[in-house]
Amino acid sequence: MCLGVPGQVTAVWEANGTRFATADFGGVTKEICLAYVPDVVVGDYTIVHVGFALTRLDEASALETLELFRSVGLLDEELGVVRTPTGPTSAAG
Amino acid sequence: MTDHLDLEGWSCPMPLRDHPQVVMGHGGGGALSSDLVEHLLLPAYGDDGGVLAQLGDAAVLAINGGRIAMSTDSFVVRPRFFPGGNVGDLAVNGTVNDVAMTGARPLHLAVGMVLEEGLQLAELDLIARTMGRAARRAGVGIVTGDTKVVDSGHGDGVYLTTTGIGVIDEGVDLGPHRVRPGDAVIVSGPIALHGIAVMSVREGLEFGSEIETDCAPLNGLVVALLASGADVHMLRDPTRGGVAATLNEIATSSRTGVAIEERAVPVPDAVRAACGFLGLDPLYVANEGKLVAFVAAEHAELALATMHAHEYGVGAVRIGTVVEEHPGVVVARTGIGGTRVVGLPLAEQLPRIC
Amino acid sequence: MRYLDEFGDPDLARALLDDIHRTVTKPWALMEVCGGQTHTIIRNGIDQLLPEQVTLIHGPGCPVCVTPLEMIDRALEIASRPDVIFCSFGDMLRVPGSGRDLFRVKSDGGDVRIVYSPLDAVRLAQEHPDKQVVFFGIGFETTAPANAMTVTMAQQLGLTNFSLLVSHVLVPPAITALMESPVRRVQAFLAAGHVCTVMGMADYQPLVEKYHVPIVVTGFEPLDVLQGIRQALVQLEEGRAELENAYPRAVSYEGNAVARQVVGEVFETCDRAWRGIGVIPMSGWRLAPEFADFDAELRFDVTGITTEESGLCRSGEVLQGLITPVECAAFGKECTPRAPLGAPMVSSEGACAAYYQFRRLESPAAGGAR
Repeated sequence: MCLGVPGQVTAVWEANGTRFATADFGGVTKEICLAYVPDVVVGDYTIVHVGFALTRLDEASALETLELFRSVGLLDEELGVVRTPTGPTSAAG
Repeated sequence: MTDHLDLEGWSCPMPLRDHPQVVMGHGGGGALSSDLVEHLLLPAYGDDGGVLAQLGDAAVLAINGGRIAMSTDSFVVRPRFFPGGNVGDLAVNGTVNDVAMTGARPLHLAVGMVLEEGLQLAELDLIARTMGRAARRAGVGIVTGDTKVVDSGHGDGVYLTTTGIGVIDEGVDLGPHRVRPGDAVIVSGPIALHGIAVMSVREGLEFGSEIETDCAPLNGLVVALLASGADVHMLRDPTRGGVAATLNEIATSSRTGVAIEERAVPVPDAVRAACGFLGLDPLYVANEGKLVAFVAAEHAELALATMHAHEYGVGAVRIGTVVEEHPGVVVARTGIGGTRVVGLPLAEQLPRIC
Repeated sequence: MRYLDEFGDPDLARALLDDIHRTVTKPWALMEVCGGQTHTIIRNGIDQLLPEQVTLIHGPGCPVCVTPLEMIDRALEIASRPDVIFCSFGDMLRVPGSGRDLFRVKSDGGDVRIVYSPLDAVRLAQEHPDKQVVFFGIGFETTAPANAMTVTMAQQLGLTNFSLLVSHVLVPPAITALMESPVRRVQAFLAAGHVCTVMGMADYQPLVEKYHVPIVVTGFEPLDVLQGIRQALVQLEEGRAELENAYPRAVSYEGNAVARQVVGEVFETCDRAWRGIGVIPMSGWRLAPEFADFDAELRFDVTGITTEESGLCRSGEVLQGLITPVECAAFGKECTPRAPLGAPMVSSEGACAAYYQFRRLESPAAGGAR
């Protein structure tokens, strides 16, 4: 469930009392509804599901998460784990 | 009207029985299409020369000591106008390419048109001029044609059918029978552009994008490849059903396996984004200006260099290898090092929400 | 795409996998609830790359798969009517009802349209005042806000030709049902990230405490799924059972308050039959009585429908993680994507379809099943 894709809001407007936006998904643009994310503004990234923004994507958190993953990789190096295509081979045996 | 269909008499126990009428999937280029051809059309047409049963995109025929290739295709795309082109481009290039994939030099086209009463002449003019331009670009001539009009409400504006013939030079021998384990699998450039371009303007799914169709004539590229001295075994253009359908068809007809590297498959960022947004796999999305080449392993580099030097092969990339294992099945090594089977699509891929 | 592609980085994936391999010392069985996660796992071959001792059980988080047969049949009935434009997400078109599917209805002349968003259906209702426009409102909690908004918009616009056929299902009661089942194999859950984006995480705390089972809210890209698995395994190895969030960029503990409020107004909880599993109490949403005018089930009298499931189909067992698709006798034979017996073979994220597409080379005999 839940094909929710991150898109950047590039324009916002109102129609019939509801906020809409143009979201840019890596070059693909689509009109989406911002009714559920009143705090989202132009420049923000949101997670969009079936034409609705469900939340503002927390960019700082995203970058932290990637940093966390990178640090796991560094830990591997420290432990001398050699990365192979099919599985780890610890240098320690 | 027609003879009563004896459902029990069909050779394959399953698929067609589930669809006593034609469904959209039968035109999708996937398994349902093959079923219709193999279990209804082939037995009905009869096939004394065995040519039809080969089910190539074009038929290779021996005539007067030489060989010609003949292909026909119908074009019913909706909408008729899409970013970068229109149905007229498809009608010419599609058939030129089918003929060219046999190794033939396409020469002549016949055009059949079914027009719906009420179609704007300005639109017809635009499509016809597009076809003339495309034919000139491909170096072929439109030499004969037919035009019919049907009542308003009984056609979808314009239905085009083009039939092309070309000459196969002596010594040219392409086909699944030549595909061998070890052959390099090369795609002539980035994939999935056409399908996404059309989808971007299709009602219900419209989205803004810069992606244009890649519709182009590939006969020049084929001539260059064959002239390069590279030992080319097979060529096919991945249209409906995408690269996945083409690789599956060839794996099946050549009785070999195909192993591809998912990361090697060239997908432009914008296309990847559109596919991600709709939940589609680029391997299954249509192309109209690309070919897949199966080349002897030792000539892979030569083939790539040759293609890079040609306008329509600039982005050519090797994506995989023919293998002995899993004959008939296409397996992809995923980005993170796992494997998955790239199956024959059932019918046209549908955008998903999940 | 930004904030998507980075979460598929192969080097980081390997780093996470290596860490998982270092962490695991005993056999564990995890369930990913969400079909979208199943899709990522199978499509990327994640299950093959995990340690032998880790079993991933694919959960019933595919709304297409679990939409009750009666509801599909109701949809088919309504879509067949000449004055109806029936709108649906693409996934639903090939789901078999009793004897046919929406594609068949379309080829029989029914006006069936695929839409990307439920708002497209509202627009169609405005454009075709002479037709009845019906939207097939299926999905988990993630899709409910979108579906709810169509009703409030239709009300605001004064549309009399728009209605919703609602069949929402909820995740927490499904987890409860799975944990209450006597045959329970699951030791930790990967909760559906976008469901929690809407609903928040609070509903899962009581489940963690009652069943002493780790629940990790997980995203959908390869790295997200690996991280969710990794966090769950660390908990299991350490003997902990906690509620954790492995998808913080899109999930907060509170969820989306605005969405929950609208959804709470438009829908009410009800018992729901999950196809292949049975009735799970209070596991579904239907339109609240105030919105009865927009309820397609009431607007179109679709009673008297007799449903007929295939006797061979074992989708219920697959959806509960009791068997893998390859262990079903009909898999790949009587039941294929072209002639599916049950919904998991149709939906792009159904376990059976995923196995058929990506795992056809394996069989129980070859030891490919887990």
